[in-house]
Amino acid sequence: MINTAQTQALMLYVAKQVVASEPLLTEADLVIGDGDHGIGMERGFLAVIEMLEKEQLASVDKVFIKVGSTMMASMGGASGAIFGSFFRAGGKALKGTSDFDAKSLPVLIEAGLQSVMDRGGASPGDKTMIDAADMALQMSKTTSNESLESALSKVAEAAKQGVEATKSMIATTGKAKTLGERSLGHPDPGAITTAIIFKSMADFVKQGVAV
Amino acid sequence: MRIPKKLINDPSKVAKEQLEGLIAANHGRIQAIGDKGAVCVNPLPSPQVAIVTGGGSGHEPMFAGYLGPGLATAAACGDIFAAPPPGVILDAAQAADQGKGVLFVYGNYAGDNMNFDIAAELADDEDIETQTIRIWDDVASAPLSKIKERRGVAGDLFVLKIAGAAAAQGKSLGQVTEITAHARDCTRSVGVALSAGSIPQTGKYNFELPDDELEYGMGLHGEPGVSREKMASADTVVEQLLDRIIEDLPFVAGDKVCLLINNLGSSTVMELLIANRKVHSYLESKNIEVHDTLIGSYCTSQEMAGYSISLLKLDDTLTPLYDAPCHSFALRK
Repeated sequence: MINTAQTQALMLYVAKQVVASEPLLTEADLVIGDGDHGIGMERGFLAVIEMLEKEQLASVDKVFIKVGSTMMASMGGASGAIFGSFFRAGGKALKGTSDFDAKSLPVLIEAGLQSVMDRGGASPGDKTMIDAADMALQMSKTTSNESLESALSKVAEAAKQGVEATKSMIATTGKAKTLGERSLGHPDPGAITTAIIFKSMADFVKQGVAV
Repeated sequence: MRIPKKLINDPSKVAKEQLEGLIAANHGRIQAIGDKGAVCVNPLPSPQVAIVTGGGSGHEPMFAGYLGPGLATAAACGDIFAAPPPGVILDAAQAADQGKGVLFVYGNYAGDNMNFDIAAELADDEDIETQTIRIWDDVASAPLSKIKERRGVAGDLFVLKIAGAAAAQGKSLGQVTEITAHARDCTRSVGVALSAGSIPQTGKYNFELPDDELEYGMGLHGEPGVSREKMASADTVVEQLLDRIIEDLPFVAGDKVCLLINNLGSSTVMELLIANRKVHSYLESKNIEVHDTLIGSYCTSQEMAGYSISLLKLDDTLTPLYDAPCHSFALRK
């Protein structure tokens, strides 16, 4: 498990990794969207970096809530509403938590995912970030008794499989939906971002900050 | 590979800088609310329902170009092709609200829908009453049976015009909402693209279209359209576009319409006029009367080449509202 300060450091690391992934996300979105996903995520997580470097948050839930509200306030676009809702709702479900561990993961992801589905009206199978988050959720439920390092590494792998799965889906929502069958073969950019977020969490914990 | 050329400064500041330019062009008639992309008319008109619009930047002069008497009251401008965040929309709503309620009028996109919905919840917390009309005029973006999945394109202009005129007449929020929905339901658009636009920050074209092809129904952000075909004559293309619009509503003999031929970015006025020649003769052959014609850059997609055609079907409710005076940067009557 990691404490509040470490969770804040974890999200700072995640933010930096997503920012560094901007070119990759832009490329992916140019193929099936309008090309602004990478720039939007960069804008949101740059604001998150600024916030996390300035503030000292009081609890684990506050870290995620503040990450979400910062993204929602700074990003715009579908991604701002979606990823902002994900972290805000996920954080609220962890209210009063001072340690982040493998048991916190399914709580965070489940509440976050539900909020995204309520907000955007999409479901698993619609070729969105939900597909990666849903795979991550299912895995996190089976790994909640493991160490955080072990759980995160499996959850990150599951999210990556979720990205792969979006390749064989037809977009039904967002700007990619008019591609119809032409969206086949291409992964969803929001799912890629989701996988990067979990991969970065796993890498951070694996690097020995805490287990 | 061809690289887009744009005269800009910092690519990450294009949305902000174009808005500053627009504000300067309005000579004090609109003002920034905060520094995140909200703008509002200045001064506010006599108390009336506020029309708040907005969306991603990069479609200039849509949306903030249509602020002024008889048009929209405030706009929330996002980054290029990205919906504005809820806080910016709330800034616009708070600045525009005069206690008569706020009508959100914007194009139907997932990002805009979510951010305006969150803003509506935030406005409710501030005791500001809101209603929402999403515009879905692009017939190419989904079949008629799924009209609520269609995108909003240049027809936004007609809907904003009617909404602004209805609000200026002092009608209630419920009435303005109903009339605006009616205007939306009487508006149809479709576009054709010849070459791509590009987002300044990426420095890349949003899609590739071979030199000898055009695409019907291309979206304002490069969303794929309904068909790619070999380049054809202007008259052929215009007939194809009009047929799609006419059969969709449908527009029928005896109808009276307003026409908008909208430059998607880098087409020439010459091409628009050649299109207009055909539009008029084709509509005349269908016994559809053109009440007014707008030609130019009203809702763009960066340097995308091509144009869209929009028709608004008039009736006894809409005609006087369309003919009512308005004053804004991009539309004056």
